[in-house]
Amino acid sequence: MTTLDITSPGAQAAPGDAVLSFEDLTVTFGTDFGDVHAVKGISLDVRPGEVVALVGESGSGKSVTSMTALGLLPGNARVGGTIRVGNKIVGRLDSRGLREMRGNDVAMVFQEPMTALNPVLTIGDQLTEGLQLHGIAYGKQAEARAAELLRMVGIPEPERRLKQYPHELSGGQRQRVVIAMAIACDPKVIIADEPTTALDVTVQADILDLLRSLKEKLNTGILLITHNMGVVADMADRVAVMLQGDIVETGTADQVLNHPRHDYTKKLLSAVPRLGVNSAAPLTVDVSEEAPTLDLRNLVIEYHRLGKPPFRAVDDVSFKVMPGEIVGLVGESGSGKSTIGKCALGLIPAHSGAVSIMGHDITQLKGKQLKALRKRIGVVFQDPAASMNPRFPIGSVIAEPLEVHKIGDDRSRRRRVLELLDAVELPRSFYNRYPHELSGGQRQRVSVARALTLEPELLVADEPTSALDVSVQASVLAMFTSLQERYKFACLFVSHDLAVIDMLAHRVVVLQNGEIVEQGLREDVLHEPREEYTRRLLAAAPVPEPLEQRRRREARHALLRELGDDVAELQVEDDYERPTLRGQGNNGPTPGGLYGGQ
Amino acid sequence: MSDIRNTAPRGEDYQPTPSVTGVDVEAGMGAGVLPAGPQPGEDASYSQGQLVWRRFVRHRAAMISIAILGVVIVLAFSSIGMGPIPGWWDKSYLATFDKIGTGSPTWTHPFGQDAIGKDFFAMTMRGTQRSIVIALVIGVVSTVIGTAIGAIAGYYRGWLDSILMRLTDVFIVIPLLVLAAVLGRTASEWGIWGLSLMLGLVTWTGLARLVRGEVLSLREREFVMAAQAVGTSPWRIIVKHILPNSVGVIIVNATLTISTAILLETSLSFLGYGVRPPDTSLGLLISLNQNAFSTRPWLFWWPGLLILTIALCVNFIGDGLRDAFDPRQTRNKD
Repeated sequence: MTTLDITSPGAQAAPGDAVLSFEDLTVTFGTDFGDVHAVKGISLDVRPGEVVALVGESGSGKSVTSMTALGLLPGNARVGGTIRVGNKIVGRLDSRGLREMRGNDVAMVFQEPMTALNPVLTIGDQLTEGLQLHGIAYGKQAEARAAELLRMVGIPEPERRLKQYPHELSGGQRQRVVIAMAIACDPKVIIADEPTTALDVTVQADILDLLRSLKEKLNTGILLITHNMGVVADMADRVAVMLQGDIVETGTADQVLNHPRHDYTKKLLSAVPRLGVNSAAPLTVDVSEEAPTLDLRNLVIEYHRLGKPPFRAVDDVSFKVMPGEIVGLVGESGSGKSTIGKCALGLIPAHSGAVSIMGHDITQLKGKQLKALRKRIGVVFQDPAASMNPRFPIGSVIAEPLEVHKIGDDRSRRRRVLELLDAVELPRSFYNRYPHELSGGQRQRVSVARALTLEPELLVADEPTSALDVSVQASVLAMFTSLQERYKFACLFVSHDLAVIDMLAHRVVVLQNGEIVEQGLREDVLHEPREEYTRRLLAAAPVPEPLEQRRRREARHALLRELGDDVAELQVEDDYERPTLRGQGNNGPTPGGLYGGQ
Repeated sequence: MSDIRNTAPRGEDYQPTPSVTGVDVEAGMGAGVLPAGPQPGEDASYSQGQLVWRRFVRHRAAMISIAILGVVIVLAFSSIGMGPIPGWWDKSYLATFDKIGTGSPTWTHPFGQDAIGKDFFAMTMRGTQRSIVIALVIGVVSTVIGTAIGAIAGYYRGWLDSILMRLTDVFIVIPLLVLAAVLGRTASEWGIWGLSLMLGLVTWTGLARLVRGEVLSLREREFVMAAQAVGTSPWRIIVKHILPNSVGVIIVNATLTISTAILLETSLSFLGYGVRPPDTSLGLLISLNQNAFSTRPWLFWWPGLLILTIALCVNFIGDGLRDAFDPRQTRNKD
């Protein structure tokens, strides 16, 4: 601690001042291909009890900015400007000082709780580690404190959880553990880097409630990094919009979200799909007369597990997709929606029931017949980077279905690929490019082109836009809609995003734990839901408008109370004692005013 | 648009057929063209194989290595001939000549003479012939078997995997030298080809293990699922999708196998099972002459230099192949 530069009066933070501030921050990465300017001179403050949202698309430098506050950038990064955490200047700390600062003054909540937690250590080990390293508590005391932290973030039976491993917890609970780790040493500011992106909407709403109570009850400053405008509207007091390393707009949530001044902010906001705003046109085709393209009857899918009874992922699901119709399959993770999609492609077997595609049961077919049926089905996967062979140039990727089914010669295949590149609005020169040379949106366009190569009658799209930025998502969805109107394929569109489904689908099927909760026309299901689960889902999806979102949040809390559930919040008891640093009373950050209990 | 039509040999006969897709080709192009830099091959369309070949041909080290290896092979086989076909070098590797001085290199015997006056150039060329045949046959046989067994075991898993991997275990637990010695005694009766074939049949185990591991992880990747969803046959998935992605492992292993094969043959010859005098190989020449290193260094240096050249060339060609298959490797080299 003696190395900390807190003796100089200039570095002392005035009371009530920002707990985290960036002044004229620049970050440059030296690479083989010259310098990359990731952050170009931004200034930003986070005050106690305030949530500042840093918004931007991937590559805008928002995560890099947050990492500078922890001093966690890779070796080839050069940081300019001043970063203050409380009364410390990050650039002047040595590695020992940095370690003291991390956890004590600033803590981090990561995007993916499964990777942020060490899979081979128990929850208790990971929670007490920080306490012991920072000298807050040891041994039994540390364990008791860890249990208390888990109780605070709303995890039931904390003593039992301490002995469990991360994989035994659900995604939401894991994120709560990560939050508990972040608040373990009572930091003045928490950096939350996309804390809810990997979570389901209902879980996301809970985690956001928890983070909000954090700032209200502990007066912690939060720097929230996100690309989700709904989350911004739900959480942020102030918003900073980042574009290519620069802050293009700052202001209160109301100013930025309701009265955006910068063109980029306007573009971002208009790209956000909103429930009930830009809905798909009602289905004009009269479909009742025709035979269904995809017909699921009493489908049951089970996963076999070693030494355990099989896990029933899909239970008695029946629905139809008519020719020329888009059916949205909505549900949270684990609801079995992707499993149904894979079964409709014949990639996993059905336990019982029938998957009839254009009159043939795909689960019963083998060999040539299966291949012939697959010719009539296209598929778009979630992650375009993973679903393309990295060794195949784009031309071969798109031509692959033609080659597999031995359609045409080299010349006609090439012609077809060029046509498809045109159809998905990509330049023809991409023919010889490789997937890794394309951006995420371009790759997903290639994915769609590949799916359309054989002019399928049925297209299965498994979360095709969830790996993309909002503005890219908007253009891919627009392209998807126009292609569907042109080719008239039937489509099973799997998504967790209700707003996306609202933009595209004609009919909606809502799944929960492998069972259908509700199905019907989009207008009915999404705008006048009958089932409790659908109402919960709809209530949990945040909208990018602060006042509207506050109203929705309160409505959701009312709904939860009506349904007999608790609202997620920090459980702070009156006698909650804040941790203090042992033997460091003279320089520890103990602004007593913030500590209500003492 | 006009660029493409004018410069691409295959683009010239391209006719947009809006009836099939209803796409306005002109508008689609105009809207989508990026200001991409002038890259070679930008104007034409190539298949995956063509792109790999183009990158391989542009790999300078690999091309030079192919040239050098070609010269060595031509030299070895044309100089003293092969079987009944006579070569341009008039001295046989079997004949003994009068020693000139200490037997050091002269115009008559450019590589010098060995202890009993044999022409060392002829012997080295004979050795090179033998070593190249052994190295390449072992390299090819063991790589093909190892890749096939590893890929089949990894892709199909289940009982097939168990059987193939237990078979591999059996081959692994038997000491290679003993196995090779036993087989080598039989095989050496069939001549050099039989010997190398036999050695190839016992050295594939490591590669099979490695390829199986690669395939096990690759088969779970989404692009394999995407290929299955299109209706691709397992055979095509293995050959077109999975193996090109594990080509790095295969090539590194193949080049190592080829180098090891030369040494393995030497050990066998030393034990008397492999190539036996008066026939000779590069490894045998070195091990016979290692005592002469300080007194008659040419007996050591010439075969050593040739082994080094062959091994280096094979390694560089392997490098070139690996880079050609991996699109991420070459971008920054161009």
